[in-house]
Amino acid sequence: MPQSQDGIEGNNGAELDAVIEVVGLSKRFGGNEVLRDIRFTARRGEVVCVIGPSGSGKSTLLRCVNLLETPTGGRVMFHGRDIQGAGFPLREYHARVGMVFQQFNLFNNMTVMRNCVEGQRKVLRRNRDDSEKVAMKYLAMVGMDGYRDAKPAQISGGQKQRVAIARALAMDPEVLLFDEPTSALDPETVGEVLSVMRNLASMGLTMIVVTHEMGFARDVASRVVFMEGGLIVEEDAPEVIFTNPKNARTREFLARVL
Amino acid sequence: MSAIPASFFGWVAFLLQKYGSLFLRGAWITLLVAISGTICGFVIGLLVAVARSLTVPARAGFLPRAGIRALRGALAVYVEVFRGTPMIVQAMVIYYGAAQYLGLNMNELAAAVLIVSINTGAYMAEIVRGGVMSVDTGQSEAARSIGMSHWQTMASVVLPQAIRNILPSVGNEFVVNIKDSSVLNVIAVSELFFMSKSAAGTYLRYFEVFFITGIIYLILTFTVTRLLRLLERKMDGPKHFTVFGSQSDSRAEITYVKEER
Repeated sequence: MPQSQDGIEGNNGAELDAVIEVVGLSKRFGGNEVLRDIRFTARRGEVVCVIGPSGSGKSTLLRCVNLLETPTGGRVMFHGRDIQGAGFPLREYHARVGMVFQQFNLFNNMTVMRNCVEGQRKVLRRNRDDSEKVAMKYLAMVGMDGYRDAKPAQISGGQKQRVAIARALAMDPEVLLFDEPTSALDPETVGEVLSVMRNLASMGLTMIVVTHEMGFARDVASRVVFMEGGLIVEEDAPEVIFTNPKNARTREFLARVL
Repeated sequence: MSAIPASFFGWVAFLLQKYGSLFLRGAWITLLVAISGTICGFVIGLLVAVARSLTVPARAGFLPRAGIRALRGALAVYVEVFRGTPMIVQAMVIYYGAAQYLGLNMNELAAAVLIVSINTGAYMAEIVRGGVMSVDTGQSEAARSIGMSHWQTMASVVLPQAIRNILPSVGNEFVVNIKDSSVLNVIAVSELFFMSKSAAGTYLRYFEVFFITGIIYLILTFTVTRLLRLLERKMDGPKHFTVFGSQSDSRAEITYVKEER
């Protein structure tokens, strides 16, 4: 993992090992309150799975963490520093907190290889050889190294998502955010993406995963966050959430989806 | 000097022989004005559209915010004024305005390129804006999520896709410019229409001369449309690509063939 160059890591008495801390976060679109007083922490090496019915605010939460949406209240802290604070190195933050989207969002005008190289060259200022080496390493890891010259339109959804993961990894991120990474995939290709994600979790990458894959959450998550109506209803270890949830709403939801 | 012809085709042949080089020079100037005007206009359009797409960052201070607002306002005025008035009027105002109030006697050809560029730029700005909107927002979100700046996102992700999408409209503008540069005869630019007028004047054979002129315009526009179609095809990339190695066999070579559209 890259070392910080200009002190992105404060440590203002924050919880030890906390990488991302969400403190009292709220988000409203007009009069519609999508997130209310969200609090949770992702510590180094943890896999936090966020589950809940559609429209519960899971994706918005993730997008607020990555500032694709601007929170209307509360704070998101990265190593104890407010990411919206003055002088916070936002571009470095984006490089170190990667995102994998539901719709893959591969750059359609670039080959698989260039998708993984562009950010390294433009943002991390790596040279071509180094970037290609790094890209090949991660493309091989997700089993897409044979497709380096293919355009996104020429590969399947599962393959696109694996390339998208390689693209995010090529930036050497500390944290990866997954926004329903398998929801747009055919049932047959869901497995190939999940197995890549399991592999990443076992390597100790910090991940926040919004998902409808309950099996994945149960097996891989360090903690599971259940959201409904813009609120965190319950947060606990997967064994607890899936076998003995404390909240009635969590039980109802799991009864419907399991 | 040959005898005065009696038939239509006789006249066409006679005029071609007599004024062939005049027609060619006119066609060349028309093409020159249209090409440079379209290219400059395209660049203006890109810059205007990208500048107008700048969002005001929430953390920015008062000055940068005011600056971005003022820039946006000025660009909106530019687009409205130059789309909302005829090019023939713009030509008169700019050419004679510069002469009367700035004491600037513009070279006719330079004035022509300038006018066509500014005029086309206003249309292109709107075309590019449409092209940028046609690119899925997920593309720029992905670019931002790996830390690319607004300009980097535009330059390497959004604009290449937008330009591919707007190429047919850009081609349209080019064709329009070939034809509409004829209005520049009012400032005595020696383009095809201007040359034709002087060719027609001598023998007062307006029909025959402008018949020839029409055919030349048609040849120019037809050639340009075909060339642009070729360019579009080239931008779509090759129909085949090969994958080396598959998950089950590392020596496999699989050639994919893109579907015809």
